[in-house]
Amino acid sequence: MSEKQQIKKNGPPPGGPGGKMKFEKPNDAKKTLLRLLSYVVKNKALLVLVAFLVIISSGAGVAGTYLLTPIINEIGAVVKDGTFDITNIVKYLVIIGVIYVCGAAAQYIYQRLMLNISQGTLNLLRKDLFEHLQSLPIKFFDTHTHGELMSRFTNDTDTIREAISQGLVQVISSLVTVFGIFAMMLYISPALTGLIIIMLFVMLNIIKFIGGKSANFFRKQQQNIGAVNGYIEEFIEGQRVVKVFCREEKSKENFAVRNESFRKSATNAHTCASIIMPIMGNLSYFNFAATAALGAFIIIRFGSTELTGASALLLGGIEGTLTIGSLAAFLQYTRQFSNPISQVSQQLNSILAALAGAERIFAIIDAKPEEDDGYVTLVNANVDESGNITESEKRTGTWAWRHPHSADGTVTYTLLKGDVRFHDVTFSYDGKKTVLKNVSLYAKPGQKIAFVGSTGAGKTTITNLINRFYDIDEGKITYDGINIKKIKKDDLRRSLAMVLQDTHLFTGTVEENIRYGKLDATHEEIVEAAKLANAHSFIKRLPDGYNTKLTGDGSNLSQGQRQLLAIARAAVADPPVLILDEATSSIDTRTEKLIEKGMDKLMENKTVFVIAHRLSTVRNSNAIMVLEDGQIIEKGDHDTLIDEKGKYYKLYTGQFELS
Amino acid sequence: MFRKLLSYAKGYRFYSFLAPATIVLEVLLEVAIPFLMSVIIDSGINGIPLSQKDGFVVDMLIKMGFGEKQGLDLVVATGALMIIMACISLACGASAAFFAAKAGMGFGKNLRGAMFAKIQDFSFSNVDKFSTGSLITRMTTDVNMIQNAYMMALRMLIRSPLMFVMAIGMAIGINKRLSLVFLIVGPLLAFALIFVGSKAHPRFERMFKKYDKFNTSIQENLISIRVVKAFVRSKHEKEKFQISNDELKAASIFAEKLIILNGPIMMVAVYACILSILWFGTKLIFVGEMQLGDLMSFITYVQQILMSLMMISMIFVMSVMAKASMKRVYEVLNEAPTIKDDTADSNLQVNSGDIEFKNVFFKYNEAAEEPVLSNINLSIKSGETVGILGGTGSAKSSLVQLIPRLYDVSEGEVLVGGRNVKDYKLNTLRDSVSMVLQSNVLFSGTIEENLRWGNENATMEEIREAAKIACADDFVMSFPDQYNTDLGQGGVNVSGGQKQRLCIARALLKNPKILILDDSTSAVDTATDGKIREGMKNSLPETTKIIIAQRINSIQHADKIIVLDDGKIDDIGTHEKLLSRNEIYKDVYISQQEGKMEQ
Repeated sequence: MSEKQQIKKNGPPPGGPGGKMKFEKPNDAKKTLLRLLSYVVKNKALLVLVAFLVIISSGAGVAGTYLLTPIINEIGAVVKDGTFDITNIVKYLVIIGVIYVCGAAAQYIYQRLMLNISQGTLNLLRKDLFEHLQSLPIKFFDTHTHGELMSRFTNDTDTIREAISQGLVQVISSLVTVFGIFAMMLYISPALTGLIIIMLFVMLNIIKFIGGKSANFFRKQQQNIGAVNGYIEEFIEGQRVVKVFCREEKSKENFAVRNESFRKSATNAHTCASIIMPIMGNLSYFNFAATAALGAFIIIRFGSTELTGASALLLGGIEGTLTIGSLAAFLQYTRQFSNPISQVSQQLNSILAALAGAERIFAIIDAKPEEDDGYVTLVNANVDESGNITESEKRTGTWAWRHPHSADGTVTYTLLKGDVRFHDVTFSYDGKKTVLKNVSLYAKPGQKIAFVGSTGAGKTTITNLINRFYDIDEGKITYDGINIKKIKKDDLRRSLAMVLQDTHLFTGTVEENIRYGKLDATHEEIVEAAKLANAHSFIKRLPDGYNTKLTGDGSNLSQGQRQLLAIARAAVADPPVLILDEATSSIDTRTEKLIEKGMDKLMENKTVFVIAHRLSTVRNSNAIMVLEDGQIIEKGDHDTLIDEKGKYYKLYTGQFELS
Repeated sequence: MFRKLLSYAKGYRFYSFLAPATIVLEVLLEVAIPFLMSVIIDSGINGIPLSQKDGFVVDMLIKMGFGEKQGLDLVVATGALMIIMACISLACGASAAFFAAKAGMGFGKNLRGAMFAKIQDFSFSNVDKFSTGSLITRMTTDVNMIQNAYMMALRMLIRSPLMFVMAIGMAIGINKRLSLVFLIVGPLLAFALIFVGSKAHPRFERMFKKYDKFNTSIQENLISIRVVKAFVRSKHEKEKFQISNDELKAASIFAEKLIILNGPIMMVAVYACILSILWFGTKLIFVGEMQLGDLMSFITYVQQILMSLMMISMIFVMSVMAKASMKRVYEVLNEAPTIKDDTADSNLQVNSGDIEFKNVFFKYNEAAEEPVLSNINLSIKSGETVGILGGTGSAKSSLVQLIPRLYDVSEGEVLVGGRNVKDYKLNTLRDSVSMVLQSNVLFSGTIEENLRWGNENATMEEIREAAKIACADDFVMSFPDQYNTDLGQGGVNVSGGQKQRLCIARALLKNPKILILDDSTSAVDTATDGKIREGMKNSLPETTKIIIAQRINSIQHADKIIVLDDGKIDDIGTHEKLLSRNEIYKDVYISQQEGKMEQ
């Protein structure tokens, strides 16, 4: 049930209208950055090429603007001299043209390369994340909701994509542009540049001020959107109850309150976010006006006098004089200056958000995988007349445990039979609250053992210990006499099949879903298994029979049909031990009768652990364990337990019902 | 659709109007400023008299007395004017940002509020149509998308085209012949951008589909992680994942490699313009048709024009994305609740707990061929206890949901207290018919708050009384915070059986004429179940009680038991009668009693 709730939670990502403006800070930015870069830098040469091209493209922009100087001066000269010398102008125009085309080409190439790099990085990151996720213990999935894990794959990788494909390049190109412009400004006139530096200082402070404010507002907005979305989720899911109790008006009122506080904080946050652009844009006109005035002053005042030394350098830069052309170029620069600065500040935010996302992804990749120090493996075996077991390469239908002994280097083989024993097993999920206390039990090959007890008594826990979804704290569990801790987990699980209460099917055909139990099963084997589970008849009636596509966890089938498929899936795997955890709970008593035969056949010659709500299902078990508070309080077969007149008797006679 | 959605800007229309208005002013100033630049250069520095320059800004400057100024004076005066204009423009831009945010978020709030209200008014069949998951996405992701798009539209929709027109106007004002350059480059650029956009659109759609598939595959894996582990299929899963991972990568590159053409195309267009303007401009300057400063402001206008073109193409892309969201939101807002009580008499009260079904047929979907319920006729007297029994899918829940009019019948009629349920106001009807649904939901808040849903004005004694009947008082009192215990979202802090008992208590507090329990004691043990039934019988003798149960012993003492099979009434009778004559009832009874010892 908890699983279902988690899936629902999964709907919308909690992000909301934060968009690009996410103010999250990673804990250890440097470490995460380096690690993220190690994904990006899979091909160093390519990245160096990209950096080179970025420099070329933003350098081209700066250089193009500077080359306006000679042209304008040339034009100025034309006006003064009255002679129209076309060759120089054509020459400059051609140079600018070439530079511009190079810049544009470089931009296209690096963007194209970056696209491959960023998509490759994401692909790799997702692969590592998914593969690691597969190796994590069930405990991990108990403590993390699906929504949370999904958001690692979607929201977090998305912020990383943005940061890599745009942020990284933008920051480099903006920095190159800013420094390039700055250098050119110094070259033209240090005095005018001084003025720019003052303005720059003002700009940076404004950005910092607004940025700080907006970080607060965004945090507040994030909180409020959480409240609004939570309320929406709760009340849309519970809408039917709202209707039954006529609470529509009340819930609308409550929603309005949350909606309004969200609106307020969102207004503040968005105002802050979008106010930067007009401020920066218009401040550049301040710059422009101030620079023009000072520049004009210099030209008019000193234009005709020949300056030398330091003052020439200060006012007129390297060339010694400030011409109209160079002032024009300088003025162009002042306009171009503000854009990359606000770009960098914005991109830094997106990079920080990406690092926070990357940190969350790495936290999963770093999570401790399921431990497996088992060395006993499952092998195909041949048994000769005298009972000697030999390993076989081919599938023989007989399996044996291959048990190497490190002490003397020998290998022994034990036939796979399905003998499971618990010796004084104690277990807790969290190390605090004991779920199972001193549980001892044995199931000989071919026996059917049933667990009965209230919710939380520990029934499912026992089965989860057999396949080592969880490891026990104390005691020992043996399988065919071997401590299961010594058995390789994959092989242990291969020797068990489970049918769970929540049947999970995968997108794919019916046949593929049954084949999940045994990947190399032939069509005949699958049909055989389906017949056993009494699923064959309904499968045949499906539009495409065994090739009918199942979608969305098999939602186009009824719950009962899905359970039959899950039973068929276990049947095709055909291991010696079978665990049925409420496998027939959603099948009503009449239908259950119909599949009973199939179930009996499935359980034939197997060790079976059954958990069931309905006592009629467990009646014919070899042994019934009554669990209460993690302890076996009664055990024995049906008749013995009835004679004992204990809890089981009470349950069975309806004096007490399970909950 | 647009008009309907726009009507939700109500209350924020003023801001929706102010934002573009301030932006108009900002754009006007922003367009005028580059012209001042040319004044500074031409008249201020180069000494060309103002009167020799063209454009209406010049006329204004001359009127302002700038004509007499020269040299540095002119530069300083124009510069000061420019700073003043920049200040105003800054104020305009900043307030536009504020107004747009205010309008956009207000619009979003109204939209969200309207949707929430609409969904609260939805009947069950409306909700069935959309599914809860989709409704949640529409109210969160889609509305956010729209409110942000609205805000952007307020800022950009006026700004970019206006900037485009104004800048072209200014450029023409400076020099008509030079402006011809735009006529060539502009359409070329627009064509290129639209071409790329339209080519990319289907590719992006394909990418989103792959993304969906990718998400589904992960989600599926997470949900089924126990199956994956139990069958040792992680290698198989990894291979499956890598296929969709690679497909997603390929689709993303395929789509995005077109979009990255936009940048270089823009750059080439801007540069081509600048170069040709420089080339033709030089010639014009030589023949004295133009000044150097004019040329420079002309270049600035080129940038403004092309930037606004770029913006327009961005708005285009965004509107395509927002349109999908708008459609999804509109569908919800435009959905008519299928159950209405407009024509009902608001003075009509439910007088008794009598229930009658007359020839009732019911389908969830009009288009469905087979009715879910067919030809139901039954009559229940006030105060009776009625059990309903039937297999999975026999339409037990569908039958009882017709009583509080959660669904409307397709044919026939349902009568409560002698009147058709459609005659009552919905609130009147549902206040008298209390129902505990199969999917029990408790809400975040304390136990007391949840119980008060049944009766807002109940005293603490009444609440505890109801809880006692539902056998909930004992365990509630055992909690440290008793009735103030916080339940958490969805009531996660109580067990299944406790939840069911609280839901029953909540329903009892309504003191209803009819009480319906839809399989609501399945997680409660038999002894407690019996106690609850006993309590209800004693304290609510007048109330009609309808109990749906899987367990025979929950209903076997009922006054009458209805056996449903495949949407039809198979039989009605008492336990003894049914046991003697009804096959289904007997079957169920035997399967549940099998082997039960004689006591």
